[in-house]
Amino acid sequence: MPFDLVPIWTVILAVAVFMYVLLDGFDLGVGILFPFMRDEDTRSLMMSSVAPVWDGNETWLVLGGVGLLAAFPTAFAIIIPALYFPILLMLLGLIFRGVAFEFRLKVTSHRQRWSAAFFGGSAVATFFQGVVLGMYVQGFTVTGQMYAGTTRDWIAPFPLATGVGLLFGYAMLGATWLVMKTEGALQNWARSYATRALYGVLAFIAMVSLWTPFLHRQIAERWFSFPNILWLAIVPVVTAAIAYVTWRTLRRGGDYVPFIGAMGLFAMCYLGLGISLFPYVVPYVLTLWDAAAVPSSQMFMLIGTLFLLPIVFMYTGWSYYVFRGKVRGDIAYH
Amino acid sequence: MDLDPVFLSRVQFAFVIAFHILLPAFTVGLASFIVLLEGLHVVKRDAIYLRLSVFWTRIFAVSFGMGVVSGIVMPFQFGTNWSRFSEGGGNIFAPLLAYEGMVAFFLESGFLGIMLFGRKLVPPWAHFFAALMVALGTLFSSFWILSFNSWMHTPQGHELVDGRFLPASWLAIIFNPSFPYRLMHTVTGFYLTTAFAVLGVTAWHMKHGRHVAESQRVMSMTVTFIAIFVPAQIVLGDLHGLNTLEHQPVKISAMEGLWETQSRAPAVLFAIPDEQAERNRLEVAIPALASVYLTHSIDGVVPGLKSVPPGDRPPVAPVFFGFRIMVGIGLLMLAVAAWGLWLHWRGRLFTTRAYQNACVAMLPAGFIAVIAGWTVTEVGRQPWVVYGLLRTRDAVTPSLTGGDVLVSLALYAIVYAVVFGAGLFYMLQVARAGPPDHVDLRDAKLGERPARPLSGADA
Ligand code: HDD
Ligand code: HEM
Ligand code: HEM
Repeated sequence: MPFDLVPIWTVILAVAVFMYVLLDGFDLGVGILFPFMRDEDTRSLMMSSVAPVWDGNETWLVLGGVGLLAAFPTAFAIIIPALYFPILLMLLGLIFRGVAFEFRLKVTSHRQRWSAAFFGGSAVATFFQGVVLGMYVQGFTVTGQMYAGTTRDWIAPFPLATGVGLLFGYAMLGATWLVMKTEGALQNWARSYATRALYGVLAFIAMVSLWTPFLHRQIAERWFSFPNILWLAIVPVVTAAIAYVTWRTLRRGGDYVPFIGAMGLFAMCYLGLGISLFPYVVPYVLTLWDAAAVPSSQMFMLIGTLFLLPIVFMYTGWSYYVFRGKVRGDIAYH
Repeated sequence: MDLDPVFLSRVQFAFVIAFHILLPAFTVGLASFIVLLEGLHVVKRDAIYLRLSVFWTRIFAVSFGMGVVSGIVMPFQFGTNWSRFSEGGGNIFAPLLAYEGMVAFFLESGFLGIMLFGRKLVPPWAHFFAALMVALGTLFSSFWILSFNSWMHTPQGHELVDGRFLPASWLAIIFNPSFPYRLMHTVTGFYLTTAFAVLGVTAWHMKHGRHVAESQRVMSMTVTFIAIFVPAQIVLGDLHGLNTLEHQPVKISAMEGLWETQSRAPAVLFAIPDEQAERNRLEVAIPALASVYLTHSIDGVVPGLKSVPPGDRPPVAPVFFGFRIMVGIGLLMLAVAAWGLWLHWRGRLFTTRAYQNACVAMLPAGFIAVIAGWTVTEVGRQPWVVYGLLRTRDAVTPSLTGGDVLVSLALYAIVYAVVFGAGLFYMLQVARAGPPDHVDLRDAKLGERPARPLSGADA
């Protein structure tokens, strides 16, 4: 039996999805905050703070989607059809938001219209990513390795709730990003909105944590059975600690810590999710191993991935380095 | 009437990919063109190249943005609408897509920010390097996606186990028989598409007497380019056709509009193929010519559509007309190239009004040829997704209803109309403004210059 590549691919895929959530999360979040800032010139500045990096950020979505297809084709063939409309609407949202960058910064006419598109696209994409997440946790109807539900199964309380929750989450990432990248009045504004978003996020974390054990018996057993509960209790404790630090630094100054704290909260939620679902890739139907691609395919990709991923990290790093520091008004498209 | 999810999914796929392909068709070429301009600027230190590069980079930004968002839609199509193809073929094609994602998209997007925004933050050579990486990224994209697509046309290197395609040899899969031809012909087609778009915009400025020095420089460059690459493209197309004759003979029958298998096969110039009656109406043909260019012998046998049962034939009309549109445009391009050379030789390239008008008229020609060519390729593959092995109707997602697909198709149509309509409008607006009169590379932080040096020229 050849070397088992499934754990490696699980880690790579988990990293790709998490990178996507963090990176596109903050630039979508900046879009979600648009209606709360009415001044178009300030909006331009907010947009400029993410314009050079959004495209690279979104590429992680492609890697996540294609990685799922490549490493776990059977799971892809079940999950994606089940999410037909949420994915469609997410993609359409991303289209509006993506072109709004080029159009709004590039051309001075119709600025307000493309601001609206930027907000609308960001909000719709975020909401439906939340729906995708909720639907995933809720689970799919499967018969014979094929999705057997309808394209409307996502219209249910839990997915819709996670959709709203993610709006708060990305808004928090976006606002703390602005705290880091801007100064003066805009920074103070971002601080206050980051704090509000943080309250929303905490409320949703509490709600979802209480709700999921009722969705699946397995989740309840994993968290609340005896010895598990002892060491898994670390998760909520650490989450609370991070939330407190974020909240404090948002009040007391500190440009970088709030953003790091916000990312930490996402990391903890992600970890919690992983604990609930492992080892399933289609929750409670197919495990990672049931759905995996054949070893030859996984191996072929692994060679490229192990070689390329470090390089990707390197020049992504270079690009962030070039645009480091506070955003400048004069680095619009030239 | 029942809504057929298979048919509607095909329409949807054709719709989203046709929009997507228009953008790479332009950006692949434009990225390389910008690298050339930047390189000339670094080497020759002539500011004219810098101004041109700034100008074309602005247009590139808008079209690249649209290329990315329309591209992100694409891989999800395989899951939403063609999940059985993903399940059955994923072991083969998904790694190719993953390589595209890792090599190409990260390369492009990592350096794109620097290319678009970093002109004043990094030295010119680093900016040149970023542009080069973006251009390489677009070429790698084309490499991997076309490898995947070609495998669907000429599958090899796999084993079929329980209806699933499993990899046996990766080299055989990647370098499948139609791939080299498709790669060469498509990339050359993209370069020509860009060249004609650039030439069209440039000729328009010339007509209006604007940006004279820049326009003349670009016009000589593009006319030289097309004079070499249009003939090359025609030769490559011919080679591609010979390869198709070997591997997908029925597609050739449909392209040529031939029903009977025959030697001395005629070249059908025009006809209206009638699938019911299995013959052509209103046919105009040159005897024996098709045998000559397809088999390089007057007595060569060319297969006809009737050589396979009706259920295995592609829809004839789109293939037949698509092919004629593409070849027609190829010949028009040849005429424009030859005329340009002649004018150049007579020293009248920059002054002939009629030539400028012709160039403006040819601006969209490459885009039309690309869509026509892809229609020939893809519709000609029907009724198969993986040629000869997996039928299109067995590839669609089982849980989909026709109504679902109709809704999603309508939403795509509306959004694309708005977004790409606006994109085209802005691109033309930027194109009309032309290159800036002056570019200042000094850093604003040093306080040596006003905050927005280009604002006067900003569209
Ligand atoms: C500027 C664009 C352009 C131009 C001028 C031409 N083509 Fe083309 N052609 C393409 C752009 C293209 C394309 C869009 O790139 C296609 C679609 C798939 C492919 O491989 O290239 C294509 C496909 C394609 C095919 C289909 C092969 C297959 O899929 O089996 C053939 C036989 C030709 N071409 C032949 C020609 C000939 C004989 C031309 C001479 C005038 C020609 N093309 C001009
Ligand atoms: C790039 C330009 C392309 C264009 C314009 C194009 C066009 C089309 C068209 C017109 C159809 C519908 C055929 C029909 O009438 O049934 C189709 C189907 C399809 N094409 Fe392409 N295609 C392109 C490239 C690709 C590539 C690169 C891939 C694979 C990576 C691909 C995969 C498919 C699939 C899966 C279908 C659906 C099944 C089918 O109807 O064959 N296409 N495409
Ligand atoms: C002949 C067919 C195709 C070619 C040559 C091609 C080429 C390209 C190129 C050069 C780009 C960069 C953006 C641009 O330059 O506009 C791009 C973007 C993209 N394409 Fe295509 N493409 C083709 C078809 C497809 C198909 C069938 C898929 C789906 C699997 C796809 C997926 C994508 C994605 C996801 C992006 C966005 C990448 C990013 O985030 O930067 N493409 N494509």
